[in-house]
Amino acid sequence: MTPGSFEYHAPSNLDEAIKLLGKFSDQAKILAGGHSLLPMMKLRFAEPGHLIDINRIAELKGIREEKGTIRIGAMTTENELIASELLKQKCPLIPEAARLIADPQVRNCGTIGGDIAHGDPGNDHPAVMLAVEASFVLRGPKGSRTVPADGFFLGTYQTQLKADEILAEIRVPVVGANSGYAYCKLKRKTGDFATAAAAVQLQLDGKKCKKITIALTNLGPTALKAADAAAVLVGNEVDDARIEQAAKKAMAICDPAEDLRGDRDYKIHMAGEMTRRAISLALYRAWGK
Amino acid sequence: MAKTHIAFTLNGKSVETLVDARELLVHVLREQLGQTGTHIGCETSHCGACTVDFNGKSVKSCTVLAVQANGGDVMTVEGLAKNGTLHPIQEAFTQEHGLQCGYCTPGMMVRAYRFLQENPKPTEEEIRTGMSGNICRCTGYQNIIKAIQHAAGVMRPAKGA
Repeated sequence: MTPGSFEYHAPSNLDEAIKLLGKFSDQAKILAGGHSLLPMMKLRFAEPGHLIDINRIAELKGIREEKGTIRIGAMTTENELIASELLKQKCPLIPEAARLIADPQVRNCGTIGGDIAHGDPGNDHPAVMLAVEASFVLRGPKGSRTVPADGFFLGTYQTQLKADEILAEIRVPVVGANSGYAYCKLKRKTGDFATAAAAVQLQLDGKKCKKITIALTNLGPTALKAADAAAVLVGNEVDDARIEQAAKKAMAICDPAEDLRGDRDYKIHMAGEMTRRAISLALYRAWGK
Repeated sequence: MAKTHIAFTLNGKSVETLVDARELLVHVLREQLGQTGTHIGCETSHCGACTVDFNGKSVKSCTVLAVQANGGDVMTVEGLAKNGTLHPIQEAFTQEHGLQCGYCTPGMMVRAYRFLQENPKPTEEEIRTGMSGNICRCTGYQNIIKAIQHAAGVMRPAKGA
């Protein structure tokens, strides 16, 4: 299988990439890690006339901390996220999820930015981004704008990213004290998309839950933020009864499509189970265990 | 559309060729450069048969464009043996019967080569995780794991790693 014909561009900096994108507008696609786009091109689901490869743009790589915020270059690969000491200490949910994406070879190519910008509800980073309350720096011909992850995902393969913009950077607040996290993903095999997955980040104040975010993968046309489920827990002690209530609230917002991974009822049931497990594991970790 | 000239290092030697932008690295390696050791399995980046080493990392060459290799360094299974002597990983796959039909074997060995550079003293669990991007339909994996454990033992003192 070979993709259809296209003209290939390999700009060496972001300004040049934005210019090319402006010039070819809707005929162009950005090539990041390529593990979603190239398979789609082989199957003719995507037939861009111009491919703009941003793999040679150094400014889109790397992970650093600045004033309590972690800045992740959009072209940082999944394996680089996993290897990052900074993320392990200051936003461990991201590497935990990255470890459950695809396989070692694919993680050498696949990037956090590509995973987010593709807008596939089966991708794992969108839900993780909702849970860690990330924001995205989008660069266009007129400069950059920063938008929150919450509201960025509009529908399947649809995001707030405009045709002339490139996702340049992901910004994530450093987790506070007494925090816990978990990404629980049910999948059939290595490399599979989630049948259902839940991302949780929480912070305790004594015995009570000071703050919690819950988000779900592959259970609707976009990653879903389970705000009602979180509201059950905030300000309260997290016990089994409340975890059960939160899981029910999370299940109520699910709208998965039936496929080979299961029918709707099964997926929604598993969404509840992943939510229960993720809250419990996050709580356990927040206790320092 | 005009062809693009690319030049890169393949198994330690400089190579150059003309490619269409849409050509995949695995096709160019096999059909233009005559290195047919790298196999095409699923062509959808699941099976790992086409695994090559690219700039010091394992990648699936069915999901990399040949133009992206320009200026890079690629190693295929043909690069493992030196001067007619099999690499310890190849010896270990022979010794431990780490293959039956052999179709997945080049990808397995090239991935194992990089994995053992990254982790010279792996546990069995680490080998299973590290090799999880390569599918074998014959062996049930047991002898592949043994072969990699065997190779790790042989390579450690030799490399001092």
